[in-house]
Amino acid sequence: MNAENTAPQNLIAPKLVVKNLNFYYGDYRALKDINLSIAEKMVTAFIGPSGCGKSTLLRTFNRMYQLYPKQKATGEVLLDGANILDNKQDLNMLRAKVGMVFQKPTPFPMSIYENIAFGVKLYENLSKNDMDERVEWALRKAALWTEAKDKLRQSGTSLSGGQQQRLCIARAIAVKPQVLLLDEPTSALDPISTAHIEKLIDELKEDFTIVIVTHNMQQAARVSDYTAYMYLGDLIEFGDTSTVFTNPKRKETEDYITGRFG
Amino acid sequence: MLTLYTRRRIINAIGLAISILAMLFGLFWLCWILWTLLEHGLPALAPVVFSQMTPPPGSSGGLLNAIAGSLAMTLVGTLIGTPIGILAGTYLAEFGQRGWLAPVTRFINDVLLSAPSIVIGLFVYEIYVVHVKHFSGWAGALALSIIVIPIVIRTTENMLRLVPTTLREAAAALGAPQWKIINFVTLRAARAGIITGVMLAIARISGETAPLLFTALNNQFWSSNMDQPMANLPVVIFQFAMSPYEDWQKLAWAGALLITLSVLTLNILARVLFRQKAASH
Repeated sequence: MNAENTAPQNLIAPKLVVKNLNFYYGDYRALKDINLSIAEKMVTAFIGPSGCGKSTLLRTFNRMYQLYPKQKATGEVLLDGANILDNKQDLNMLRAKVGMVFQKPTPFPMSIYENIAFGVKLYENLSKNDMDERVEWALRKAALWTEAKDKLRQSGTSLSGGQQQRLCIARAIAVKPQVLLLDEPTSALDPISTAHIEKLIDELKEDFTIVIVTHNMQQAARVSDYTAYMYLGDLIEFGDTSTVFTNPKRKETEDYITGRFG
Repeated sequence: MLTLYTRRRIINAIGLAISILAMLFGLFWLCWILWTLLEHGLPALAPVVFSQMTPPPGSSGGLLNAIAGSLAMTLVGTLIGTPIGILAGTYLAEFGQRGWLAPVTRFINDVLLSAPSIVIGLFVYEIYVVHVKHFSGWAGALALSIIVIPIVIRTTENMLRLVPTTLREAAAALGAPQWKIINFVTLRAARAGIITGVMLAIARISGETAPLLFTALNNQFWSSNMDQPMANLPVVIFQFAMSPYEDWQKLAWAGALLITLSVLTLNILARVLFRQKAASH
């Protein structure tokens, strides 16, 4: 099936280019010849019903699947022109450039400060002062500084769910990645925390290329510049968000976004 | 004609009654054991128990050398067994997804876990005591460590498996190498559970008699040399309780009470620790 793949073909500067990507869980083919481009410093959303492959696609961008021996990807994912699926690409350096935030908040069992310093220490040897500054910078970027500044030494698990998720965003951006992958970042959060995170996504796209997977179509409409609709491993439609939501080219997309299906 | 709902209530009441009876039956023996221990042990628990050595028949004395020997061998056994157990458990949980080595290790560990402790005592007797030609504290500690290892392996593996996969993925997504993920994230997250396992292992070995009978044997005098036969509470209890001398029997009760109380304390501590950890999540 060929996707209606309009807008991002004529992007000025694609950050990520996906070419003929196929993904396998053992023998099961979860992604079928995906082709799309992710625009730099924009928000791209992947939507679609459960099991459509949107998270799978996201997890190829930092080769998360390599933790599991039975999963493999074929095709190309170009980050600034270099194929990251190539095993010669250093995995940890790739993950320094491509950060990720998960569905459930995942604070490490250490203090708020150490949670953020953990990732930074993997790549940089900072003095105490520089590290303090970096932690503050990351927490400010993630809109958590005012709430957390007096309890940096407390356990990350002592924060509320929404705060934990912002801590995870702070931890991801503290490494100063270029791309930020968000895998349903608000599906475990209440509406107020969700609004916080959505506002944050809007601010973060000044510095980062953001790719977000979401079950929530209103969220995709609110936060993203481009939207990809996927179904059963196929990319059905991809274009700028307003077109996909108001004037979809394919009937399947229209059925899904109007709630007649899915 | 009973309605379905009434029948369900009656069946529920019968089930509940049987369960409570079974619980009371189990608790009854436990309370009886504790009561007997306290009844005979408390009067025997005089200060001399902690200040004097095990006496010859007919004279008064204490259990100091046995208490010290038990503590020393339990400590050494734990110090040998814990690191091996934690490392092996970590291997099984974190690296054991592929290959044949992990399933085989897991199977052998399960066998070892349920091996009768007298077999372990005989084993150490055969491979160590026979060759050095004398009983010793080291041999006792070695036998105890062989009991500790499978317990710690099992709890470490189970506790690490309880750590959510997303936590490992989150650390991996930052680009952390696997050894850092294990050391700083997963082992830390499982720390309370692993410590609980170690404490339960200590509780288990502090009452073991059979493995010490063939290894450390006993010593009537103070011994700080682990290369000599060493007094220890379980064997002293075994020997004194079987004797016809009343002084010895009283000391055996005191020793039994001491072991039971320390095992009880360790178990309660382990539970409190684990519960606190569970509550903070």
